[in-house]
Amino acid sequence: MAEIPDRLIEDTVVELLRLAVTKLPEDVEKALRRIFEEERSSAARMQMTAILENLKLAEETSTPLCQDTGIHVFFVKLGAPAGDIEKTIRRGVERATREVPLRPNAVHPVTRKNPGNNLGVHMPYVYYEPGEGGYLEITVMPKGAGSENMSQMAMLTPSAGEKGVKEFALNTILRAGSNPCPPIMVGMGIGGSADICMGLAKKALLRPIGSHNPDPEMARLERELFDALNGIGIGPMGLGGQNTLLSFNIEHAFCHTASHPVAINIQCWAARRATARLYPDGRVEYLTHKVRVATGGGQGTANGTAGKAAGKKEGN
Amino acid sequence: MAEVHLRLPASEGEVRKLRAGETVYLTGTLFTARDEAHLRALEWKREGKELPVRFTEGALYHCGPIMKQEGDRWKIVAAGPTTSGRMNSLEPRFLEQIGARLIIGKGGMSKGVGEAMKKFGAAYLAFTGGAAVLAARRVKEVRGVHWLDLGMPEAIWVLDVEEFGPLTVGMDASGGSLFEDVARQIERNTVEAKRRLGLS
Repeated sequence: MAEIPDRLIEDTVVELLRLAVTKLPEDVEKALRRIFEEERSSAARMQMTAILENLKLAEETSTPLCQDTGIHVFFVKLGAPAGDIEKTIRRGVERATREVPLRPNAVHPVTRKNPGNNLGVHMPYVYYEPGEGGYLEITVMPKGAGSENMSQMAMLTPSAGEKGVKEFALNTILRAGSNPCPPIMVGMGIGGSADICMGLAKKALLRPIGSHNPDPEMARLERELFDALNGIGIGPMGLGGQNTLLSFNIEHAFCHTASHPVAINIQCWAARRATARLYPDGRVEYLTHKVRVATGGGQGTANGTAGKAAGKKEGN
Repeated sequence: MAEVHLRLPASEGEVRKLRAGETVYLTGTLFTARDEAHLRALEWKREGKELPVRFTEGALYHCGPIMKQEGDRWKIVAAGPTTSGRMNSLEPRFLEQIGARLIIGKGGMSKGVGEAMKKFGAAYLAFTGGAAVLAARRVKEVRGVHWLDLGMPEAIWVLDVEEFGPLTVGMDASGGSLFEDVARQIERNTVEAKRRLGLS
């Protein structure tokens, strides 16, 4: 199989970042519109009106909808041969920072020095997993710090059981309060080890709103937690209201018989993510966004992909 | 609820009249400052150095914008508020030693900050988090930037705005707080949430 050209990966990374920060995926926008319709108090309606108006302006002007364009975490599925992906992604991030533009957010963790280009040690960060189907799949989730800072993790005792999970969820949402820009997506990891658990919590945020964990026990827990916590009253931007959540997604892994790890990673209402599949023949399919003309150096990247991109569903 | 249009700098009298829940629009100058600018401003004050701006001449905005340089001019791209709670431990000293009449941000601030606002005559105005394009549209001119060595998000940006809003008075100078009203409602709702989750 031919290698996917570096230039195509770099151009797609730039385009993914541009798409992600200027337009929310359809499932997120739909959920925000539903909440706008449901809210009754003037404070909540004012917040939702501003949110929807802002989405419209951002899309029309191709401007980042939130000034916090995050730090750059990529999820790559390796289903086709490619060169030095990490190096190419770094080039894409550096270019997108100038071209979109993105806010230079990445700083040294102790000196706090900002190089100004979103590049640093382990930044951008790339998660790799094996893939199949003869394509390279790249997802980016530019996530702001307001929501990330509200993350929590606990190593519960196995005797705490499901009750412990629920208590942890309730306390984490209450503690986060107005800070993570509600209505929020909650990503929860249950099981694994400490590192696996928080990773699962983050990955849970990549699942579209309305999807459920295939394990019926986990799907039941997702529904129970969503129903109980959505009406907690924090409301849009913490000014009160009927809706606090966009979704409650759980990902799980088997764990040690003596462990009971649980973690929550929160995503703000500006739940930005974008995914593309790159094929060795130069085609690029965008899964999260409708793209009229795809960028890229390979042949056949324009026009032909538009129809596919529009109709493609995530998660398959 | 009343809608108030204020021209900056607002007087202590005007600020003390604001009530939690009111809608406010501001015209005048905003100074952005987050964690790093708060730290340096307090440090310079302690060392007796003169600050590059007078925060009392406008409003303090918890914001780290995206800016684009075009020639020798800066253009604003996106400028929504940041989480104000990060400045909870610094703001009472800031209000006392440096001073600000109006603080714009998101998420509200601690009781300690509320007390300082009461004492020094300041109010907290909430802007919709993430609504960065909406906010940038109300900026008429980028007047300048200070402390750019702190990085784009942490620098002090001097922004001239017109009818900046809608802002919601989250905390007023009489101790009124929309966030505390919501907290009481959340406390009541938590009882029901616990029952539904089998935790009570």
